[in-house]
Amino acid sequence: MFKFAELGPFWVYLSASPLLGLTLTLCAYAIAQAIHVRCRMSPLANPVAIAIALVGVVLVASGMSYQRYFAGAQFVHFLLGPATVALAVPLAREWPRLRRALLPLIVALLCGSATAIISAVSITALMGGGAKLLYSIAPKSATTPIAMAVSDHLGGLPSLTAALVIGTGVFGAVIARSLLNALRIQSPEARGFALGVAAHGIGTARAMQVSAQMGAFAGLGMGLNGIATALLAPWLAPVLLRWFGIAP
Amino acid sequence: MLASFAVLLVFQCLGEGLVYVFGLPLPGPVAGMLLLFCTLLAFPALRERIENTANELLRHLSLLFVPAGVGILVAASSGNGHWWALLAGLVGSTLLTLAVTAYVLQMLAPSKADDV
Repeated sequence: MFKFAELGPFWVYLSASPLLGLTLTLCAYAIAQAIHVRCRMSPLANPVAIAIALVGVVLVASGMSYQRYFAGAQFVHFLLGPATVALAVPLAREWPRLRRALLPLIVALLCGSATAIISAVSITALMGGGAKLLYSIAPKSATTPIAMAVSDHLGGLPSLTAALVIGTGVFGAVIARSLLNALRIQSPEARGFALGVAAHGIGTARAMQVSAQMGAFAGLGMGLNGIATALLAPWLAPVLLRWFGIAP
Repeated sequence: MLASFAVLLVFQCLGEGLVYVFGLPLPGPVAGMLLLFCTLLAFPALRERIENTANELLRHLSLLFVPAGVGILVAASSGNGHWWALLAGLVGSTLLTLAVTAYVLQMLAPSKADDV
């Protein structure tokens, strides 16, 4: 007869190899994607959020540590680099259209990037957040590696910043359609670009699901806002802190 | 497919190198994206060769954020009791950023009817 306890040594063996973390990530994503399709691609059923929740539940239930999980999941994580490089392809495809709107894009980028930094710091400061938290949330709309570097440079907590960046991406991807519909923003350029600027890669992933053209503008917004945040946040954030009378 | 994946990796390496040599405040992959973008404009034939691989990778962009996202659960303890302030900042700022960016772009570059 089958005894559950006999699985013990096998489980120890399996959880020590990267196989389990990788399998778990792909299965969770496949299930999340199926749920997303079932919900008629609704932005509310965001596949990133569902997959993260599924993996989280499995980790808690099985007692597997994040480090052990990441030993396998890092192979998926690694692909973020080449995928970011690949964003150049839709960008080059949309270039004739982009070039016509270059100046408006740059103005929209600067307005959006400054809004992201100023509003994140101001709202958190008004709610009683201290300097460390304000520095951690300031670059939250930039792509993760840039945001973490900016947060570290300012004196924030890079790990907290990473969590805020992912939270921003998921929230932006979930809320964009309702918000932009309510504001009567119809142009796919504006919708895509705003998703990329406000919600970086996760917003871009969402835009990609709607159309390749929207995805191209989102990828552009993500890349440009990474650069803009790296340039703006290091001097905007300290100015804002002084303004709110918070000691850095 | 493997050849085009190698192209992406080569540009990522070039991007990392550029960032390292000039001390740019950018992640290597973003610099690699800008380099590949310029190269594709100069040599449009390359785009057709890597188009399929790039599209396939980007179709599953969501998947690639899952491992880092699970890390939230680990970092969730470092907000030291100020989660409401952070949540308010995150939600309010994301809404404002989306609205301002989309509004400014739509105002300055109205879309043509065939785009809708």
